[in-house]
Amino acid sequence: MSTHTEHAINTKVETAKYLATLVVLLILTAITVGASYINFGSGNIVIALAIATVKAIIVGLIFMHLLHDKPVNAVIAVAGFVFLGIFLMFDFIDVGTRTDPQPANYHPLPTATAPAAAGAPATPAPAADQRKE
Amino acid sequence: MEQQFDTSKIGMWLFLVTEVLTFGGLFAGFGLMQNKYPQEFVAAHEELKRWAGATNTVVLLVSSFTAVMAVLAARTNQGKKCAMYLWTTVGFAGIFMCIKAYEYSVDFSEGLFPGKYYSHHGDLIAGSHGYATFFSFYFMMTGLHGLHVLIGMFLMGWLAIRAKRGEFSDKYYTPVDLVALFWHLVDMIWIYLFPLYYLIT
Repeated sequence: MSTHTEHAINTKVETAKYLATLVVLLILTAITVGASYINFGSGNIVIALAIATVKAIIVGLIFMHLLHDKPVNAVIAVAGFVFLGIFLMFDFIDVGTRTDPQPANYHPLPTATAPAAAGAPATPAPAADQRKE
Repeated sequence: MEQQFDTSKIGMWLFLVTEVLTFGGLFAGFGLMQNKYPQEFVAAHEELKRWAGATNTVVLLVSSFTAVMAVLAARTNQGKKCAMYLWTTVGFAGIFMCIKAYEYSVDFSEGLFPGKYYSHHGDLIAGSHGYATFFSFYFMMTGLHGLHVLIGMFLMGWLAIRAKRGEFSDKYYTPVDLVALFWHLVDMIWIYLFPLYYLIT
């Protein structure tokens, strides 16, 4: 916020605004804790992250002054989260669409357990690890 | 002066974006590992104390409020009030760190260590790396966050001393504003850490 163009800061109004913001944030915290005790299945994580995002936006807009600040700061902040979103999106697209990747020339050891278990007990373990990765 | 202030602020926001991306990488790693070890992660999170996490969330939110009040006091030429709010914020940050230290000490006494030092007994899926992975991420992320809290405490203490001397006014309050921005970001990161670590079911 500019120092010279804005002479009249109403301290009472600002204080009330910040207090109201704090109360809203505390209520949202109570909701998110309460919701975690109820089983919504996979909805729990969605609810928790949605509430967290609402809280983060409120903190950004009011406490970090983005709402009344020069737009360039908001552009920088939003850009940061957009790029984080792109990063996370490709991460989870990758993991979400994996079907146990294995090289085309990969052949499972011909019943590795029977001969190997007797001779060298160490060999089956690394083979299992390779398959996982 | 105004241009200097605006420029400093843009610089601070750019720094905050790098912070978001740093923690974002860790969150991505946490998400991927949770995907790999879903049962272990749910079981491991039960070891964390939900009341401690919730209390710390409240403590940090209140400290964010006192930080923004410190900025308001600086902007309205109330140096002493600004110093008071800054010290209050430092106090809340101290409470946060005490609760965190208590949690860590309980975790350690139960053998909940990161990575290869993990020595907790009675896990359901014996021999799985999932539990140790969870606590590696837990200590890495809350530890890095705690380091930010400590840095924030140090900066705000320094500013409180300067504010008491009357160094800040409506003409110049850049440091107070920027450190408060940093503090709100620390709060924002905890807003995400809390549900992801303490509330996953």
